Amino acid sequence: MKPRPEIILPSIDIEAELAKAGANTQGRWGELRFFARRYLLGTIGLVIMIVFVLAALLAPWIATFDPLAVNARHALAPPNAIHWLGADSFGRDVYSRIIYGARISLAVGIGSTLLGGTLGVAIGLTSGYLAGWVDLLFQRLIDILQALPLLVLALVMAAALGPSLQNTIFAIAIPLVPTVARVIRANTLALRELPFIEAAKAAGMSEMRIALRHVLPNTLAPLIVLATAQFGSAILTEASLSFLGLGIPEPHPSWGRMLSESAAEYVRTAPWLVIFPGLAISLIVFGTNLLGDALRDILDPRQRA
Amino acid sequence: MLSYLIRRLGLMVLTLFGISIIIFTLLRVVPGNIVDVLFDAAGFVDPADKLKIEQDLGLDKSIPVQYATWIGGLLRGDLGYSYVSEKPALAEILPRIPITARLAALALLFAVSLGVPLGVISAVRQDTKLDYTLRVFSLAGLSLPAFWLGLLILMAAVALFGSIPIYSAAPKTWFDSLVMYAVPAAAVGLRSSALIMRLTRSSMLEVLRQDYIRTARSKGASDRTVNYGHALQNAMLPIVTVIGVEAAFLIGGLIVTETVFNIPGVARFLVEAIRWRDYPIVQNLVMFIAVIVVLSNFIVDLLYAVLDPRIKLAD
Repeated sequence: MKPRPEIILPSIDIEAELAKAGANTQGRWGELRFFARRYLLGTIGLVIMIVFVLAALLAPWIATFDPLAVNARHALAPPNAIHWLGADSFGRDVYSRIIYGARISLAVGIGSTLLGGTLGVAIGLTSGYLAGWVDLLFQRLIDILQALPLLVLALVMAAALGPSLQNTIFAIAIPLVPTVARVIRANTLALRELPFIEAAKAAGMSEMRIALRHVLPNTLAPLIVLATAQFGSAILTEASLSFLGLGIPEPHPSWGRMLSESAAEYVRTAPWLVIFPGLAISLIVFGTNLLGDALRDILDPRQRA
Repeated sequence: MLSYLIRRLGLMVLTLFGISIIIFTLLRVVPGNIVDVLFDAAGFVDPADKLKIEQDLGLDKSIPVQYATWIGGLLRGDLGYSYVSEKPALAEILPRIPITARLAALALLFAVSLGVPLGVISAVRQDTKLDYTLRVFSLAGLSLPAFWLGLLILMAAVALFGSIPIYSAAPKTWFDSLVMYAVPAAAVGLRSSALIMRLTRSSMLEVLRQDYIRTARSKGASDRTVNYGHALQNAMLPIVTVIGVEAAFLIGGLIVTETVFNIPGVARFLVEAIRWRDYPIVQNLVMFIAVIVVLSNFIVDLLYAVLDPRIKLAD
């Protein structure tokens, strides 16, 4: 018997190879830096979101005025050392109102997305998992809800419920339900056929337990991606509703409300009343979109562009 | 094919029926009706007067009876009377439709002619600086509220021309009318163009990876033929969907834009009617919007079969 030739493995410096590939080798901070470089835009989005969340949380400390305090002497004051971003027609400080406005925007964004998401998941899971007439019934309901554009349905609902923060959240949450329900249903239908669900059934798990313990966690990635997108459109819809006078009532500093119809008059005389609230809305939604794009790349690589 | 059409038609009617019930009920849970709104403004309420007006408008009847009256009329082409102007609802709504339709058509034209080419360029130049810039711009376009964009345009108009473009029913020159419609249409269409661009890009990238694209390149087809002849054509399916969906959903942007630019279209009319609790106008307008959405979804599905012969319209 001939001796087997010795297999010579090329010596690889693993550390060096990893470093060349740009991988993290330096603990948590290195990992963070690696991520920030790999998903630069997503990181910018995350930073924008963090800034707004901090502004909302720390509003009483970083605002320079009471957002509701009226001061006739400073009415329509342009940006200056006292009113950094100017003052509105009641002399209320625009900077402080924008800081406090972050609370409303975030409350509506989080509230509507959570409520709409929960309802959508419940409907989508039941519909996809139970199938049969339950599915048929929910499908028709989804069809109905989807036949009206987001803003139109939210508008009618907001008008029906009356202007308040809770009602606005609810009015925006309902039109968000169908998209979530459809995504979850489609995923559930695909998952149902997989062997591990069959195994769970064979093991004697109840349907409810399978749906919640096995199906739901496997639909989480697309759900998170979708929720980020809906968070942005919830904020935009609140701004539109409040702009039209059917969302958050006065005197609460909603960004959309600050731009309300009278803003067209200030285009000429007080542009700061138009520029800054709009900038706040655009920036927070932009941050959400950047973050959402990165999350999609990370969580749902099949969809990666 | 025929059974598919019948089934689809049945579902469309069912959906519209569901919407009519939901909208009708929603409007009736509104605290206060038109009579309350009017009397609030007057500040003095004589219960007898109030009851008489409510009787005149049929608001004293039970909700199912009111619903039956509305649907019955709708099927006969009678939309009832506006509470506010006391004119027939149809006469109030019809003249406003062409204004909004023109805006929507221009906005869609703008969105498609900007979104599709930019999406193709972005995909073909994937991961270049140009692609990166276009992607950031499209995300920014998705983030701007339509009404704020409108206000910024007004602001720019003031800065450049010293005046705000005002809507007039009879524009003097064709240029005036173009500006009058094109500017708000661009404000509405920007968002859709960003959406269309992103979808075109990802759809194109998907197709550009296919084997037949490599085959086309290796047989010596030019970049232009490959990108536009082979790739774009096959990438069109999802793009057509989003265009179809956007066509109907533009109404959301039009609601705020018509308000900003003071355009007396049907979208702004909806908001006014909601404020006045003018039920006949609101419920008929919402039904009208729903019909447009349902129809455009239907058309998109039919287009599918035309664009992709592999798709058979049989359930």
